Amino acid sequence: MSAELALLGPILAAMLAAATPLLFAALGELVVEKSGVLNLGVEGMMLVGAVCGFAVAVQTGSSTLGFVAGAAAGAGMAALFGVLTLLLLANQVATGLALTLFGVGLSALIGQGFVGIPIADVPELYIPGLTDLPVIGKALFGQDALVYLALAAVPAVHWFLYATRKGLILRAVGENHAAAHALGYKVIRIRFLAVLFGGAMSGMGGAFLSLDYTPMWAEGISSGRGWIALALVVFATWKPGRVLLGAWLFGGVTIAQLHVQGLGIDIPSQLLSMLPYLATVIVLVVISRDVARIRLNAPASLGKVFHPDA
Amino acid sequence: MSSPPHRLELRGITKRFPGCLANDQVDLVLRPGEIHALLGENGAGKSTLVKIIYGVLHADAGRILWNGQDTHIPDPAGARRLGIGMVFQHFSLFDTLTVAENISLGLDQPGPMDALSARIAEVSERYGLSLDPRRHVHNLSVGERQRVEIVRCLLQDPKLLIMDEPTSVLTPQEATRLFETLRRLAAEGCTILYISHKLEEIRALCDTATVLRGGRVVGSCDPRKETARSLAEMMIGTELSTPERLPQGEAGAPKLQVRNLSTTSDNPFATNLKDVSFEVRAGEIMGIAGVAGNGQAELMAALSGEALVPDPASVAIEGRPAGHLGPRERRLLGLAFVPEERLGRGAVPELSLSENALLSGYAREPLVRSGLVHFGRARSYAERIIGAFNVVTHGHRAEARSLSGGNLQKFIIGREILQKPRLLVVGQPTWGVDAGAAAAIHRALIDLARSGAAVLVISQDLDELFVLSDRIAVLFHGHLSESRPTHHTSVEEIGLLMGGLFNHPPDEDEVDRAV
Repeated sequence: MSAELALLGPILAAMLAAATPLLFAALGELVVEKSGVLNLGVEGMMLVGAVCGFAVAVQTGSSTLGFVAGAAAGAGMAALFGVLTLLLLANQVATGLALTLFGVGLSALIGQGFVGIPIADVPELYIPGLTDLPVIGKALFGQDALVYLALAAVPAVHWFLYATRKGLILRAVGENHAAAHALGYKVIRIRFLAVLFGGAMSGMGGAFLSLDYTPMWAEGISSGRGWIALALVVFATWKPGRVLLGAWLFGGVTIAQLHVQGLGIDIPSQLLSMLPYLATVIVLVVISRDVARIRLNAPASLGKVFHPDA
Repeated sequence: MSSPPHRLELRGITKRFPGCLANDQVDLVLRPGEIHALLGENGAGKSTLVKIIYGVLHADAGRILWNGQDTHIPDPAGARRLGIGMVFQHFSLFDTLTVAENISLGLDQPGPMDALSARIAEVSERYGLSLDPRRHVHNLSVGERQRVEIVRCLLQDPKLLIMDEPTSVLTPQEATRLFETLRRLAAEGCTILYISHKLEEIRALCDTATVLRGGRVVGSCDPRKETARSLAEMMIGTELSTPERLPQGEAGAPKLQVRNLSTTSDNPFATNLKDVSFEVRAGEIMGIAGVAGNGQAELMAALSGEALVPDPASVAIEGRPAGHLGPRERRLLGLAFVPEERLGRGAVPELSLSENALLSGYAREPLVRSGLVHFGRARSYAERIIGAFNVVTHGHRAEARSLSGGNLQKFIIGREILQKPRLLVVGQPTWGVDAGAAAAIHRALIDLARSGAAVLVISQDLDELFVLSDRIAVLFHGHLSESRPTHHTSVEEIGLLMGGLFNHPPDEDEVDRAV
């Protein structure tokens, strides 16, 4: 009994950490999509954020600077996407896919000299008393600062979208860009800022992987989490709270299958590694079958090119 | 004491677009507290002029005087700062947001949402425009959506309110209520610039009218002293020929029978049809009236085969169950249809006219041979349509989108009629079409019915239905009323039905659906 309980604490802690990169990327993409832009380059932005964050942290010895660099690199990739799709009116789907391919290659190139280099661990929170609580203490009060930042971003994004005027304008732009333009809102500027935010969040998610979760640099370190983040946004019907649930589900299954692998049960490890992705997609598809909810929450102008004079 | 300055004065406004002179030396004077009509056919330059006043477009030449002062109106926000409000024909609303959120987006200084909701409630109360600020826009009727736009303008305390075709989407009773609101506003000193082609309405409401033709002012008058006919003749510049009423032909065998047709849709913005039954017989034209959004799109889809219906027998063409058949099979049974949206449903904008002729014609005309397109025949078929229906175009190679609305509509209706259908279903045959093309389309539909086909016209335009139909029924919230012979009913009676005043079982799903 007590041994199982003792196991539960680390599992919970690991689950929260595993959910964090996904949470960053998905919340960023949620804001982007609410503004009516579909950026399929999340995976590429995560990778570039991961490698730049890692490189800066190795050079400067500061993981904080590493996270800032990761966010900036993600935003830089997003700016490229924004210029191509919002200013030059390129197709968003094609540009997003290209951005991911570009990010895979670019991160491998930058990361060549950093493979296998160790890095100092990011300090974890320690609150005397609380962190020492049995079972949940370490999980709830002993994580890295970024885990809390990602969790705080959930209510913050919700508050921004649904309680502030800027959020209302952003949703209006995603709903009907022609009408928003007619009312005098700067559709392209608003979308560009949303895209930059999305890129910075993806970059943070990537930097969390390489600086904290793994912590090391390896090619393709995000291993598809960018794609899961994209799916998460749609299946969560563009609601931040549901994104959190999806991310926890993914994190939970990731950790559970690691423990199953550790127990030496005779299932091919490749199958087990598939599980988090499979489980997340299946559960989200099942709970989001309500077409009415999708119609009411999906940004109606999603992915449509906006031209002010047309 | 001199008289107070004019609210707005335009002097010599000229606006040129590539290939056309939209406004040519237009002068216009609007006084405080007057309701001023702007009249003209499609393409006369009304919308260009109004867009210049609202700052959406800029004039190439001419002066704008606001309260006697020379003014430049850089953009809509600048117009709003002066006190100019505009209610657009196509609303600029956001479906998934609430009324209060929508109004807030249109204000420069909205303040906190609670206070704004209270102001919305107060203003809508004062002008008799009942409106709940918390409701989502997609749940509102078209008339209520228009109220949202009007309240949005009223909150800015406008000195000039521009209304672009405001009643084209309203029932006659809703229009009457709108007029009361407008008269009250005018009595408080607000100037109203009113654009419409409904001449009776202008005679009832407006103090002054300015008539545009070909971008120029061709006259102004007191509409109360004119007849609808004299106003129309001023607009088109020649004498008006109205199509004759169709004499009541003897109705033949039923060509289309709809029995207990109900639909369910996953789309929360759709209106489900509820137990709709009617039939259309050979040789007659049946009209279905109703305000947009009461199930017309769903009925059209269920009849054309775009949406299949659960019970095949609920739609029967020539006595054969057809509810389970797709559009092509239904066409082979003798059905032809003209959807409401010309570009995108009726025709593919980027394709040439001969390719568009092929799209619906191939089922009944020999345009395809062993799977290969016979382009020669498609071309001559398109040319036959162009000749028979006087389509103004530079030939069968022209892209569909290059045609004006009226000409494209003549082409689409011609394409269907030349296939000699036994049953024709038409949605909004003359929406946005100028008077000349509308008369030609009406003539073609009447001739088709005289030749023994059954014709069903779904339209929001009551005048059109009264000209065309032998019988009229009304669609409201997905229910269809009993049909009435046209000569035994009146616009007022149909108007009441359009507001829902007929017996139908109460709906469960008319409550506001929460997100």
